[in-house]
Amino acid sequence: MDHHSILRVVSKLLIPPIIVYALYVQWHGDFGPGGGFQAGVIFAVAFILYGLVFGVEAMTEVLPTSVIRVAMSLGVLIYAGTGFYALLVGHNFLDYESIGHGGHHAQEWGILLVELGVGITVASVMIGIFVAFASRTPKLKDEDW
Amino acid sequence: MQEVVLDLEFIIGHYNYWLFVILMMTGLYITVSRGNLIKKVVGLNLFQTSVFMLYISMGKIEGGTAPILTGDPNTVYSNPLPHVLILTAIVVGIATTALALALVVRIGEEFGSIEEDELIEIEHELDFAEESAEASPVPGQGDANKGEPGGK
Amino acid sequence: MMTGISLAAIVNVLLFTFLVMTAIAIVRVRHLFAVAMLSGVFSLLSAGLFVALDAVDVAFTEAAVGAGISTVLMLGTMALTVTREKTTKRSPVLPVFVCVVTGAALVYSTLDMPAFGTAQAPIHEHVAPDYIARTPDDIGVPNIVTGILASYRGYDTLGETTVIFTAAVAVILLLGSFSRKKQKRTDKE
Repeated sequence: MDHHSILRVVSKLLIPPIIVYALYVQWHGDFGPGGGFQAGVIFAVAFILYGLVFGVEAMTEVLPTSVIRVAMSLGVLIYAGTGFYALLVGHNFLDYESIGHGGHHAQEWGILLVELGVGITVASVMIGIFVAFASRTPKLKDEDW
Repeated sequence: MQEVVLDLEFIIGHYNYWLFVILMMTGLYITVSRGNLIKKVVGLNLFQTSVFMLYISMGKIEGGTAPILTGDPNTVYSNPLPHVLILTAIVVGIATTALALALVVRIGEEFGSIEEDELIEIEHELDFAEESAEASPVPGQGDANKGEPGGK
Repeated sequence: MMTGISLAAIVNVLLFTFLVMTAIAIVRVRHLFAVAMLSGVFSLLSAGLFVALDAVDVAFTEAAVGAGISTVLMLGTMALTVTREKTTKRSPVLPVFVCVVTGAALVYSTLDMPAFGTAQAPIHEHVAPDYIARTPDDIGVPNIVTGILASYRGYDTLGETTVIFTAAVAVILLLGSFSRKKQKRTDKE
């Protein structure tokens, strides 16, 4: 897509606000609408936009496939790890009472940790699926659409 | 339940369910009648979204607000449970859609077609080739037939 | 009161009309690029309907996932396969019959359902008020949906996250792009 200069400039302008918005949705999920699922998807959209406009090769230089693979499992590990941490310090699985000072404080931190795990997994899964589709050689040219 | 009275009030209270059923059946129709595999996936998505809408509409309370605490004890909140169910269902739905589309891509690459009618024909040809290979004693012929599944 | 109800009803009826029109267009159009775009439109319209039905979290997710990611994936699939649907020789009588019968059964079952928006419906009488009443004391976060999702039902959400992870592993195994790219690079060298 080298000849679409308007697309290139506009998407370059759009990508930073998209990432900032994704982080806002991630960390404000317990106060307003939002949370790990939505934030992960929005975060992934920023990278997918970059990949669509500048090519998958350019995107995988910013975010190598090895990183995507590790992040995919890291998110699940953070989630399950929160559960096992509670188990190890003598509470039930995923009982947030064990984190921090207990009470609301513990719940806030537990939710933040768990949502972080969800966010990382969803974002890297979406980017990974996009890379898997886009790095196959397409049959079509620009005009065929 | 007692006998159903089809008055205006009843219709206004239920027309949204009927519209969801219409949308659902449109999705089902696309899935059943269209031969193209991508179109079938779109039909499944349509069906899925209609089911989501049915669930969410059951959780709505007249005069209620979104289930985010306002601090006012008199606020009526819509039912948050369907929202939680559907929220996760949407994300799992996109994951399964991606898997279905990946299968479509592989089918397209392997057989050279993603139309159901053509795929069934190719499958018949393959079965026939296998049977004739088993019947004939010539060695190596069966392997040669299996080697080119996308002959079309 | 009267104007409030009618305004909400007008918005709902408009959204419904657009949804049905989009669905019919998806049935009729054969150009798959248009089908992918129309399914994105359908998702966006349903997100609008979710906002009208108070499900802001769901609307958010549907707008991001349905209108964003799934359209991109469909276009990616099209780029790797075909862009046009072929006409099928089969008659549409049987599918129409199946849909009409199933639809009639579903409509018949909705006759027993409580009217839209009634606060006394069975769905609002059991655990839901309990969650709403206890969330401020138990969890202390304003968004009840997040409270249930990540704390009360945290175990379920762990399962969902694992499902998504598994699906991604399956897609990568099927399309095998991650290792294939390395091969290409070494070929070039």
